[in-house]
Amino acid sequence: MLKQMEGSEAVARAVALCRPEVVCAYPITPQTHIVEGVGALVKDGTLDNCEFINVESEFAALSVAIGASAAGARSYTATASQGLLFMGEAVYNAAGLGLPIVMTIGNRAIGAPINIWNDHSDSMSMRDAGWIQLYAETNQEALDLHIQAFRLAEELSCPVMVCMDGFILTHAYERLDIPDQDEVDAFLPAFDPVQILDPDNPYSIGAMVGPDAFTEVRYLANDTQLQALRLIPEIGDVFKGVFGRDSGGLIHEYKTEGAETIVVALGSVNGTIKDVIDGMRGDGVGIGSVSICSFRPFPLDELRDALSGAKRVVVIEKSLAPGLGGVVASNVRTSLRDAGLAVYTVIAGLGGRAITMASLQEVFKAADDDRLPDIQFLDLDHAAVEHEIIRARRTRRSGPTAEHILRQKAGGAGK
Amino acid sequence: MTAAELLSVAAFIEGKHAQAFPNFGSERMGAPVVSFCRLDDKEIRLREPIQEPDALIIQDTTLLHSVNVFQGLKTDGYILINSTRTFDDLDIADFVAGFPPHHVCDVGATELAMKHVKRPVPNAALLGGFAAISGQLHMDSVAEAIMEKFPGVIGEANVAAAREAFHIARAA
Repeated sequence: MLKQMEGSEAVARAVALCRPEVVCAYPITPQTHIVEGVGALVKDGTLDNCEFINVESEFAALSVAIGASAAGARSYTATASQGLLFMGEAVYNAAGLGLPIVMTIGNRAIGAPINIWNDHSDSMSMRDAGWIQLYAETNQEALDLHIQAFRLAEELSCPVMVCMDGFILTHAYERLDIPDQDEVDAFLPAFDPVQILDPDNPYSIGAMVGPDAFTEVRYLANDTQLQALRLIPEIGDVFKGVFGRDSGGLIHEYKTEGAETIVVALGSVNGTIKDVIDGMRGDGVGIGSVSICSFRPFPLDELRDALSGAKRVVVIEKSLAPGLGGVVASNVRTSLRDAGLAVYTVIAGLGGRAITMASLQEVFKAADDDRLPDIQFLDLDHAAVEHEIIRARRTRRSGPTAEHILRQKAGGAGK
Repeated sequence: MTAAELLSVAAFIEGKHAQAFPNFGSERMGAPVVSFCRLDDKEIRLREPIQEPDALIIQDTTLLHSVNVFQGLKTDGYILINSTRTFDDLDIADFVAGFPPHHVCDVGATELAMKHVKRPVPNAALLGGFAAISGQLHMDSVAEAIMEKFPGVIGEANVAAAREAFHIARAA
């Protein structure tokens, strides 16, 4: 049914339609509306047979989800930013134990400096924890991906993170098609765990594994991800059959045919990118885009096929690997190792800085003219950083960087 | 944010695509807040904040001379101000004189809310006023959106405030 609804509430409804039996809740902006929404649906009886557990920290949230999942319950939680870091050890444990937990990340920057706004630093920090990571381009896709995530997780016995841009998606109201319970029930079978803690049939989960077997266990973790490369598109097809719309899959291509420049990005910025591409295509520029939905597993072959006909690739990414550049760009380069085309990194939208059509268009034009540097920070205030570099060089006890940049931005430069 | 949300719901009721989102300012009560709403007949993919609005609803006149609220507003745009004071009193008469007739209007939305709802909640009345000056939405859709968000007596009181604002703005 079509509804005008906030992204967070829509995800809460989608999660409830998947009939989780345990939901662990701990608030952190910008994810809070989601678990609050699920809580409201438990309280009013819409979601029955569900234990909604208010826990004392993010570490507890995922630890309780791990215990619940090992006991055979379909388990869900959500977090963001420092919350994801705080549960870091449990994130690895959930994957290492092969427990099919679904977790929403309301993507947000990581401090210091503390920042509540959107970028992808949080989920990127856990990209190699063994979870499947799916990035939603729209709120419709966010809610659809949650329904797919439970099926994917349980079929592979592997946890899945559904990443959606904090505020930009979580707090946006837009038109959404909310599925019926019957449709979701038809798509998502009851949870049939591959391992279960059962007092009548006891065994242990979480053994100490030494050098003689650890590599084999890790090999199988990688193999699980490779199986997901096959399963994600299959589940997307089944989803389309039941719900009638394309959602999920490994990548989405947009006007890549005949494109000399292809833009690659994750998440909601793809909408803005498409609008820029339409304008530039109208001006005769050969440009298209690829949105990566599945970042883990990383679709090396599919990306190579989508990108290798282009002359250059521009990766717009909302995270920074200090000392390297771009995480996504590095991964994209791996898929293009034999193709010999330039891959440019554009770090954009850090800490919630708006990514505008005007700035993107400037970057894409520069790319089209082969004027783009290897790595660029979109809309960087060059004067501010140069001023700070010189100031810090002059004084040993130069004080905190963030406070000095803030002072400059407030108009007190050099004081 | 409630106003932008209700505006998007009213547009949805009329079959339009609508996207409402806040400008996520400081997390404290009383901080200046901006929220946005886009309306279109096709899917809205753009995620940048609105930089050149077609219409501006100003909820608090104390902002008029502390931030440049009119920045980017199109020269044939619409302005609705929550105030019972004249444009001269607000010291914006010269500025608004450049806009087409009937595009700029002030409505005492907070006073209308106090009259009907007994609380200083101007959102509903402002949307009634906006429907009148912009012609983008029907008053009945605004009323339906308000009732969906606030069912029962509170919603009805807000709808009454919105309808009165609609008539005041249309007569202005």
